[in-house]
Amino acid sequence: MELVQIQRSLVDYTKSLFMEGFLDAQFLQLQQLQDDSNPDFVFEVVSLFFEDSEKLLNELIIALDQPNVDFKKIDSHVHQLKGSSSSIGAQRVKNACIAFRNYCDVQNIEGCLTCLQQVKQECYLVKNKFETLFRLEQQIMASGGSVPTIELGF
Amino acid sequence: MNSSSGKSYMSTASSSVLWKAGGDVVADQFPAGLRVLLVDDDPTCLMILEKMLKACQYNVTKCNRAETALSMLRENRNGFDIVISDVHMPDMDGFKLLEHIGLEMDLPVIMMSADDGKNVVMKGVTHGACDYLIKPVRIEALKNIWQHVVRKRKNEWKDFEQSGSVEEGDRQPKQSEDADYSSSANEGNWKSSKRRKDDEDENDERDDTSTLKKPRVVWSVELHQQFVAAVNQLGIEKAVPKKILELMNVPGLTRENVASHLQKYRLYLRRLSGVSQHPSNLNNSFMNPQDATFGPLDLQALAATGQLPAQSLATLQAAGLGRSTAKSGIPMPLIDQRNIFSFENPKLRFGEAQQQHVNNNKQTNLLHGIPTTMEPKQLAGLHHTAQSMGNMNMPVLSHGSQSSQNNPLLMQMAQPQARGQMLNDSTVGLAPRLLSPRGQSMLSNGMATNVSTRNGVPENIRAPSYNPVSQTSSMFNFPMNHTSELPGNSFPLVSTPGISSLAPKVAFQEDVNSEIKGSVGFMPSYDIFNDLNQHKPQNWELQNVGMMFNSSRPSNSLQGNLDHTQSILVQQGFLSGQNRNSTVISKAMFSAGDSTGHVNAQNSNQHLNSLLDNTVRVKFERVADAAPANLYPDHFGQEDLMSALLKQQDIIAPAENNDFDFDGYSIDNIPV
Repeated sequence: MELVQIQRSLVDYTKSLFMEGFLDAQFLQLQQLQDDSNPDFVFEVVSLFFEDSEKLLNELIIALDQPNVDFKKIDSHVHQLKGSSSSIGAQRVKNACIAFRNYCDVQNIEGCLTCLQQVKQECYLVKNKFETLFRLEQQIMASGGSVPTIELGF
Repeated sequence: MNSSSGKSYMSTASSSVLWKAGGDVVADQFPAGLRVLLVDDDPTCLMILEKMLKACQYNVTKCNRAETALSMLRENRNGFDIVISDVHMPDMDGFKLLEHIGLEMDLPVIMMSADDGKNVVMKGVTHGACDYLIKPVRIEALKNIWQHVVRKRKNEWKDFEQSGSVEEGDRQPKQSEDADYSSSANEGNWKSSKRRKDDEDENDERDDTSTLKKPRVVWSVELHQQFVAAVNQLGIEKAVPKKILELMNVPGLTRENVASHLQKYRLYLRRLSGVSQHPSNLNNSFMNPQDATFGPLDLQALAATGQLPAQSLATLQAAGLGRSTAKSGIPMPLIDQRNIFSFENPKLRFGEAQQQHVNNNKQTNLLHGIPTTMEPKQLAGLHHTAQSMGNMNMPVLSHGSQSSQNNPLLMQMAQPQARGQMLNDSTVGLAPRLLSPRGQSMLSNGMATNVSTRNGVPENIRAPSYNPVSQTSSMFNFPMNHTSELPGNSFPLVSTPGISSLAPKVAFQEDVNSEIKGSVGFMPSYDIFNDLNQHKPQNWELQNVGMMFNSSRPSNSLQGNLDHTQSILVQQGFLSGQNRNSTVISKAMFSAGDSTGHVNAQNSNQHLNSLLDNTVRVKFERVADAAPANLYPDHFGQEDLMSALLKQQDIIAPAENNDFDFDGYSIDNIPV
């Protein structure tokens, strides 16, 4: 594929992610932080997020599986997940966390379980999206091009 | 440090000087190089924030555990400028960390959280966080965090300056100590300004009901004078409580007492200097910068010239202090004054006891007419100064200094701050003429401001007063001396702060006439004033001033003795309306046509504001040369005075056009 095409694909793809709510403006902030001194910054941060979120999700599964559910703990985990997802701009994950917390507040286990599934799902989805995104970026860079910066014009 | 701190207050640029960023050379590139300690257990956030902070050119240290952060801070106390911490952390609650840091290191701490619930944010505030950021944090939010560092430093320096120690908390209890100073307004005011670092006058009420840990110290006139002398000796910039305490050498006085008093004093001086809190303005401050007409009435200068007796200066200063400090400011003198003055002169009729703070009382003494006791040194000072000022429009210093009559009333229009007291003083002398209708609270400004100033009043007083002054420079030349006839006219200068109009132009002196007139309603009397060579000691000026200049009103209580011939002092409006609260009613008694020219101006200084009603009632009292004693009732409560006065005088001249525009000073009654 031609470089230009790849670049265009990247741009379009990124835009679609925003449109669909997978990403929000915070992601742009991340991208702006990336510079020559730190060209893989976004990649590193996102990777870190998924590592961390996986741990958290596992904890949540375990916690909800307990006979005596410790809602405080669950809330704490979800809170953290909410914070980190919002920091990278993973909007849908964040929203799912908010819903999760609401059920937690009312100590609704069923609701929590459902939300947990939802959060997991969203994480999975956005992870795929990111992977595609990074792949495109790598292709561009491998072709000698530069990754176009996305401007949210919409 | 003071000087540099002064600088730093001013600009952040200069604050770079403060930053001796641990080794970083970025001092001049502030805020670059700001040393930030970042604490968050979320690795993603930690990474992002670190990157953001670095992008802001800060020097970032990150850690993911609160314990680690604390130990880092303890090891290297001066190694960081600011801490940013997450709220929810597994090993330690973020607020706990916040407390620790605040206590041990006193660094500014910013809290962060994805939680934006009001309760959490409130918790941050109450625990002392200087800011709270909601995640996701944007880089823009981080760009300005340096402001917290600057702010904190600035406060620290202020503290240092003032009390010799950097403890903020220290101050609070002190405030309560000062409660006896009387006006809670002042107190509140002071406090708030302390807290806020700005010099608004608001918060009158921040009354401190807090911890009164120590028995209150009453700052008597003498004590305050000693204090001021010590401060002057050390130099205002270098005056630290410890040294002041040593110099004063007063047994039983603690450093804290001195520190809190010093704070007030500084505030007062700052206010005097026209509101800007420039420590350097202290000396000039007695005058309102705006009131330039007076020329800088530098009390100190005055004092230096011998015009103003040291005491007066002290008083004035005290008065000023009082004002600014929300409390009745001059705690000392004024309060004492009340005792001193007013009532020493039985003649002082004025009296309506000033409602205002004690200060007013003092003011009444201003009624110079009563040469006596007005001892309040302040008064004397005032007068004295007034005199020297000549026609200055001396800002009526309404300090309590109601020096007895002969002292020129220092009517410094000292900043409108109505030092309550000041007005008293000022009014006294000035009163008579001044009240230049101009609304400007002529002398009253000076005085008025002092008058129980309400904090708000000062404003009024400030500006206006000068107006008259300018006009008549001679105006209140009455410097109290004029009051020759006015027996004890210590017009109760209503210390109403409002008396702005009284335009401390105390110089009523002879020239008053034109100038003052307008407001003073004395119109006719101005001439009289001129004639009043007899300068009776009365301080009309003060009285007039007292008149309540309820600021904003041109209360021109003319008090002055018009001995000559019937100068009738019109007491404007003060009487009218005012009465309201304690304003002293100063009646100018003019001995019209009498040789005695006793004029007792009584100004009822009710709130000067009321005076401004322009319902100036001029009260002419012709007092025959009767022994002044008759004239002046002893301290009367307001009502009493009024009635007494009424009895004595039969003349109540209608107020003349008073268009005093006194700025709303409220003239408290000037106790007679």
